[in-house]
Amino acid sequence: MSAAPDRSDSPVIVLRGRKVVGGVAEGEALVTRQTISGWGGVNALQGTIIEARHELRGVSFKGKVLVCPGAKGSSGWSVAFHTARLAGTAPIAMIFNEMTTKIALGCVVMRVPSITQLDRNPLDVIETGDWVKVDADRGIVEVRKKVRAAASASDSGVTAPRA
Amino acid sequence: MKLADDELAMLDGARGKAHQKAMELLVRYAEALGAERFVNTTNVAGVPGTSNPFLERYFTQPGDRYNVIYSLFDLDSDEVVEIPRMTVHACHLQGGTDPENWQTLGMKPEQLQISLAGERGAAERDIRILKTCTPYLAGNVPKRGEHCAWMESSAVVYCNSVLGARTNTEGRESTSAAMITGKIPDFGFHRDEYRYGSHRIEVEVPVESLMDWGMLGYFVGEVVGERIPVLTGRFAPPDLIHHKHFGAAAASSGGVEMYHMVGVTPEAPTLEAAFGPNRPVETFRYGPAERRRTYENLNARASDPNVDFVMLGCPHAALEQIREICRLLDGRKISPSVRLWVFTSRAVRAVADREGYTKIIRDAGGVLLTDTCSAIGQALPPGTKVAALDSAKQVHYLPAIMGIEAWFGSTADCINAALTGRWNGALS
Repeated sequence: MSAAPDRSDSPVIVLRGRKVVGGVAEGEALVTRQTISGWGGVNALQGTIIEARHELRGVSFKGKVLVCPGAKGSSGWSVAFHTARLAGTAPIAMIFNEMTTKIALGCVVMRVPSITQLDRNPLDVIETGDWVKVDADRGIVEVRKKVRAAASASDSGVTAPRA
Repeated sequence: MKLADDELAMLDGARGKAHQKAMELLVRYAEALGAERFVNTTNVAGVPGTSNPFLERYFTQPGDRYNVIYSLFDLDSDEVVEIPRMTVHACHLQGGTDPENWQTLGMKPEQLQISLAGERGAAERDIRILKTCTPYLAGNVPKRGEHCAWMESSAVVYCNSVLGARTNTEGRESTSAAMITGKIPDFGFHRDEYRYGSHRIEVEVPVESLMDWGMLGYFVGEVVGERIPVLTGRFAPPDLIHHKHFGAAAASSGGVEMYHMVGVTPEAPTLEAAFGPNRPVETFRYGPAERRRTYENLNARASDPNVDFVMLGCPHAALEQIREICRLLDGRKISPSVRLWVFTSRAVRAVADREGYTKIIRDAGGVLLTDTCSAIGQALPPGTKVAALDSAKQVHYLPAIMGIEAWFGSTADCINAALTGRWNGALS
């Protein structure tokens, strides 16, 4: 996990939700409005999304707080993200909207703090590059917005390419 | 959540370490889902204990390899436990290689050895080694209302929609734990209220062929995502193979785990029965423009008309499909620049051998393979650049996984490409 950047000036936005998997973690957010396919949609050993027409194609989720609507596709979802955990390429926390067996089991075997059913849509509040703390035990997400001036500097390297 | 006495006993270790570890994982999973209880299941389909070179190198703990992989990966346990004989009906879905034709698939001896060892480990524990994504074509046909715990999205959607049995899209870890315990969280498709339709699809073009059904499924998955579509309109009653391709496509482009076809599927005798208390969230029309757009999406990853690989049998081919391939080959030989691979289950292959189909395909220059497919086995003939496929599911996955081009069309388009080395498919 990288050190928290100095965003002490930026206000903290607090979201409340339901614990899926307990624990606390913080880091940079990687946000997508598209559901994520596991097996066949990610390269687990590299920690990247490979699905052909996905807005995050080629982007790494390693060490990120992954924020997404949910999971789709193959029943190998948990195996893909379980393998990513073993390979050291998994996200450090998960925030999502749509509960499914795929994403629930995936979060369990990734063993990362995970939250759903937030009181505001996390996809509207959190942007890629924001600093996010997930306290799943208390059901709390704290968001520090990325400083606008830094946005063009591409300090995160995870800006999503768009088709 | 509320645990029954037998579940508490398993958690306490009264039935041994394996039951305890399996129950611990299932409780973590049920709590993540927000489920309040478990249902009993006696029909579990997964990929228990399957290893691969990555897992072999990662888990170096001593002991029986099947126990090691099953404990540390499948059950996500931190200690190795003895995996017992299964008491529920448990089967193994598709695997990574064909034990007879592994060299054709380009597998290394190490991969074969891992696969054979896993198969032995499973068989010793009374797991049926069906080795197919189509267990319902290989002897595992659940009855209506039966609680199952299945993996494999194309089998799950078939189980719920066509058979009226009940399963969520389970994963490897949950099915491996369910095989030991006979328990799975009471969530989603196990519950009546979850099985009603959410979206209506009005089919305004005739849907008859296998290719039509694949395209319609792909469209439906794209528009409804993980929700439950109810189809009405101009489709001829689909047969088993049409359902297989429709459901596999819808589960790949979206996350469809159940669909209703009014007057066709068991829980949709009428439109009202299909929706139950729900009102349709949205209605989508599937007309000529949607059909054309779906075809173009499925062919978005191909530009080179020179085809060097034709792969059929995703999901695993039924005997009738193998017969159709033989009929289309019509005694001719495929182009020397093309490889033709047809995938099916061991059970169907055994009959195809006796029917003479396996030999017809071999005499034409192709091969009938079992257990896996190009996407699952990550196996292509050397130098493959452009594939031809008749499965919307396979075209969704294979180019992304293997970095090749792939055309989508009818089985006849694909056999034509195998014979000529050229793609001449078009939307009729």
